Amino acid sequence: MSETTTGAGPGSTATSGAPIRLENLTKAYPGSASPAVDNVSMEIKAGETVVFVGPSGCGKSTTLKMINRLIEPTSGRIRIGDEDVTDIDPVKLRRKIGYAIQSSGLFPHMTVAENIALVPKMAGWSKSRVKDRVEEMLDLVGLDPREFHGRYPRQLSGGQQQRVGVARALAADPPVLLMDEPFGAVDPITRDHLQDELIRLQHELHKTIVFVTHDFDEAIKLGDRIAVLRERSHIAQFDTPEAILTNPTDDFVSGFVGAGAALKRLNLTRVRDVGIADFPTVTVDDPLQSIFNKLRNGPHNELLMLDRRNRPYKWLRRGDLMRARGSLARAGQLVHDTVTRDATLHDALEAVLTDSGGRVAVTGRRGEFIGVVDMVTLMNSVQELLEADRLTAIEHEHDLEELRAHRTGQELEGGGTTP
Amino acid sequence: MSPSHQAPGGRGVPGTRPPGEHDVGGQAFRDEEEYPSPVPAGPPRRITWRKLVPVPLALAAILALTYLWITGVHLDSIARNSLDDGNVRLRVWQHIRLTAVSTFWVLVIAIPLGIALTRRRLRRGAPVVTAVANVGQATPAIGLLALLVIWLGIGPSTAIIGMVIYAVLPVLSNTVAGLRSIDPTLVEAARGIGMSGVGVLAKVELPLAVPLILAGVRTALVLNVGTATLATFGGGGGLGDLITSGIQTQRMPVLVLGSVLTVVLALLVDWMASLVEVSLTPRGLEAP
Repeated sequence: MSETTTGAGPGSTATSGAPIRLENLTKAYPGSASPAVDNVSMEIKAGETVVFVGPSGCGKSTTLKMINRLIEPTSGRIRIGDEDVTDIDPVKLRRKIGYAIQSSGLFPHMTVAENIALVPKMAGWSKSRVKDRVEEMLDLVGLDPREFHGRYPRQLSGGQQQRVGVARALAADPPVLLMDEPFGAVDPITRDHLQDELIRLQHELHKTIVFVTHDFDEAIKLGDRIAVLRERSHIAQFDTPEAILTNPTDDFVSGFVGAGAALKRLNLTRVRDVGIADFPTVTVDDPLQSIFNKLRNGPHNELLMLDRRNRPYKWLRRGDLMRARGSLARAGQLVHDTVTRDATLHDALEAVLTDSGGRVAVTGRRGEFIGVVDMVTLMNSVQELLEADRLTAIEHEHDLEELRAHRTGQELEGGGTTP
Repeated sequence: MSPSHQAPGGRGVPGTRPPGEHDVGGQAFRDEEEYPSPVPAGPPRRITWRKLVPVPLALAAILALTYLWITGVHLDSIARNSLDDGNVRLRVWQHIRLTAVSTFWVLVIAIPLGIALTRRRLRRGAPVVTAVANVGQATPAIGLLALLVIWLGIGPSTAIIGMVIYAVLPVLSNTVAGLRSIDPTLVEAARGIGMSGVGVLAKVELPLAVPLILAGVRTALVLNVGTATLATFGGGGGLGDLITSGIQTQRMPVLVLGSVLTVVLALLVDWMASLVEVSLTPRGLEAP
């Protein structure tokens, strides 16, 4: 299989994404009048995250499963990279495609390490290489290898299981990753964290990801491009999240986008894109006196105390120390929520609103403190966003008709929808 | 001051947590459910002394009591002949062999058949085969054996065939049920990550079905110990010989010894099967 193998950077040997082309893909089940998936053509670029979103039963999952041929297409071709994979051995094909599903699909009788090692082992990797890879993957998805290595799936929380599921899908370094509502079964807070994680992973790995969800907010957050699908997997609109939000092609899409498009816009901007401000910090090991002085002389009336691994630990205000009679252990307020640089403004706003201090700490890869984002910064960027959107909307108003005519023409020719 | 300093250890170097420190969800991707708990020192022992000791002790006590009783009563020559050490040993040995051989054939027939009946192509045949196996078990064992003797003649193999027909059902139906009870999304996940059909069966389906299959095997074993007493009517020997000759010659000690040995053997086999069941069940499937 000829996949596009480009080193993601010096010292990196990771396989980055390969383009996927679906050509007139159709799936008809015997005994049902209309096909489940009808004549879908689509081009997915290498290293791109494409999200299929649509109402349940619209065939998005079927379309996804045709890419790794868990469901054999009735007609049409699938190309990955330069190769037509429609007729190759499906087992071989699937070993080159990562696959992550809802509620993780981990095998309950295997440990976390055994689950992750499955695909590399099948690919014939040497024992030591598999072992190293397992540790690497656990580390990559943010689980301590020493702690989680030997656990069984039932000993993990839903979010942890899902992380292992993603690690297993990526273990053999496939160029393409298919994800079928992977975060559908976890609670909203964990889902947010997992989505941030996926974004971070994708920044590092540049895989081609095809992601299925029925949650439009998730689609906006994750997708480079979103394919809004209607029944029988017909593509209603295939475009960037910005374009779909500001300029839905028809009533079906705008209905799916739903109310509050302006608020959803918050999901498109990341914390890294707005100003992350410095904030005075102390660490738990600092002498009491210097903490005191910093609090008294600093520009803010607040300090952030970090733990020994530089992670945000407590907010300390003037007077907190006095009230706690000089005991650091009792003073201050524990940090409840933090965001990463990949978190959306939506998450950041949520965190700021729940924290009484009106600011949220931003953390890096290992949870280390980077800076803070406060209410004023967020409000300013929201206003800028809305202003920008208003301008684009006016611009788009003019060439909307033109665009539609162009689209229809393309569909009539039966070609793939290209942006 | 620069608040954006990097963690001193760099990635992958674990620091120890200062005492009393809370994990404040500060880890970039740790959600609050993930406060690490201490790594367990090792998996707990599965075969505890409670599972290991009482049953053999009780069985040994029963045997000892029976022995004491028999040595205490007066035995005439017929009884003494039947209770001769060599004869009893032979019957016990025959009984064990009958049970082992018939169970072997039950496994060889029922497990592959059960697997085959859950494959996509043969799935439709499952009700038919289960119905046939049901008939095998519903037929009274003694009647079945009599019919087989008429058909195949007298001999140990006839007895074994009868026992196999009788005991196939529990293993077959448990194998089918065990394989069917597996979450289909797991099978799809296994195929989705690139396992071949055989790989899915060997690495995912069978291990997950093991507890149910073993329960079926245990049932079959115990059934076979029981039905092996009927083998005597088919010329198969076994402890049934002691029982029937005890009844025919009206010698109580012979009858009692035959029955007690059968019961003890059945309980012993059940106990051993339970140990195998415990130790072969995949660890990940145990109740937390």
